[in-house]
Amino acid sequence: MAILEINGLGISFGGLRAVNDVSFSVKPGEIVSVIGPNGAGKTTLFNMISGVYLPSDGEVKLNGENVTAKAPHLLAEKGLTRTFQNLQIFQEMTVLENVLAGFHLSVRPSILSDLLSLPGAKRRSAEAREKAMAFLEKVRLANAAEEEAGNLSYGALKRLEIARALAVGPKVLLLDEPAAGCNAVETEEIDELIAELAQSGIAILLVEHDMKMVMRISNHIVVLDHGEKIAEGTPEAVSKNPDVIAAYLGAEEEPAHADG
Amino acid sequence: MDAFMQFIFSGLTVGAVYALVALGFTIIYNASDVVNFAQGEFVMLGGMITVFAFDAGLPLPLAAAIAIVITAGIGVALNKFAIEPARGAPVVTLIIITIGASILIRGASQVVFDKQLHRLPAFSGDDPIHVLGATLLPQSLWVIGGAIGIFIALWLFFTRTLLGKAVLATANNRLAAQLVGINTGFVMTLSFALSAAIGALAGVLVTPITLVSYDVGVGLALKGFAAAMLGGMGNPKGALAGGLLLGLFEALTAGYISSQYKEAVAFIVILAVLFVMPQGLFGAKKTERV
Repeated sequence: MAILEINGLGISFGGLRAVNDVSFSVKPGEIVSVIGPNGAGKTTLFNMISGVYLPSDGEVKLNGENVTAKAPHLLAEKGLTRTFQNLQIFQEMTVLENVLAGFHLSVRPSILSDLLSLPGAKRRSAEAREKAMAFLEKVRLANAAEEEAGNLSYGALKRLEIARALAVGPKVLLLDEPAAGCNAVETEEIDELIAELAQSGIAILLVEHDMKMVMRISNHIVVLDHGEKIAEGTPEAVSKNPDVIAAYLGAEEEPAHADG
Repeated sequence: MDAFMQFIFSGLTVGAVYALVALGFTIIYNASDVVNFAQGEFVMLGGMITVFAFDAGLPLPLAAAIAIVITAGIGVALNKFAIEPARGAPVVTLIIITIGASILIRGASQVVFDKQLHRLPAFSGDDPIHVLGATLLPQSLWVIGGAIGIFIALWLFFTRTLLGKAVLATANNRLAAQLVGINTGFVMTLSFALSAAIGALAGVLVTPITLVSYDVGVGLALKGFAAAMLGGMGNPKGALAGGLLLGLFEALTAGYISSQYKEAVAFIVILAVLFVMPQGLFGAKKTERV
């Protein structure tokens, strides 16, 4: 039973059909990658699924429920969250505070006890800190916990964004180029992290330009070109598909950007 | 010495009003990066509505409560019909919209109410209290107490409550706030309501001393803005300190130099802050990433 279903999703910007009639689904614990040449509509597709853009047609189903065009904060409540290619970090907060913000939905506050700093409030915030530190350990940022997020390197912020997304407690996690800007070692770490997350039952939808990584960790690959789905299947099947090869090496129109 | 204390008292009183206006700026700025120049109109509305409700025979506390609720409603409407539709526009555009809104509110008040000066009776009588050789009106204590009370409430709200943190997160990065499940639309509505209510309260408190008419908002908005800049935009502590300091500067300038220069003080403060320390007294230094 798929937890995330995309049916005939499409969007136009003025006269430009950026994404047209894309359908696929993701099961819990599965890693599905969306690949395609630059400008194929991968990020636009992500923006529609996560409620940032309003699709012109088609629907997004989460756990069987139609959640098309729901606002991001409502999707977070239903267990879908994401990271961004160009980072959406609380720059002026510390690394730890960024992750703590991820608990926004799970903390059940009592205004009175928070205002008076009663033992209950203190205990809750200590627990939250502990859990947040555990997520930071996972992405190897625990030693930067008290640093202001704005001072971290790009690769570290990518991992911080993942840690914050995990704190939301997602059932479906959309990762937009998690390995971009990371060195080989960091990429491998992210690799392992994603595999581990999938193993814990989270459905992962991935946009990534690092083909080696995509081929290594994906269960299923969806290929977009010019906003259309041109192929889908296992990494092996997709890499041998002539349409895919044509799109990537696609002679006249565009050189390959397989490594981003 | 007596004169000095007198200047201090009047400075603190008027400074407390500026602090309340500055606190209003702080809330909306924290939630949206917008400097709401209609903040002064909220003060005017608070005073005007209270006066008219009181003259219509309502008891003063009820009249004040009605004024605060109606003004909060106008704040919410300002967000809903003027700011929200322009979401995604640059902050400067939004600020210009608030200037337009302030002109609209002022014009409408002129029609709905009138162009006269109005006053309210002081809450605890007009018998001056003698302190350290100077006199202090009981109403001044109300104004100063109101500013300090609101400041403490806001400070606790922003530092201790989940909702307060959600407001700060929204200010810091709206999209990221949505991703962790914060309803940023609600945060904006709340900020405008809160900010307008605080402005209205300032209007109620100060009307017995300074009187109110449809056009008092512009001056108050400018003074409150200067106070918020001085203290560091976005920081409640800065708003309080900035407001009181500006009030003291004004009173001392009027007392020792000339009352003609009193109005210039706020502008000199704005210039000085911009030249010497753009982040204000309590504002965070921004480090530019390269």
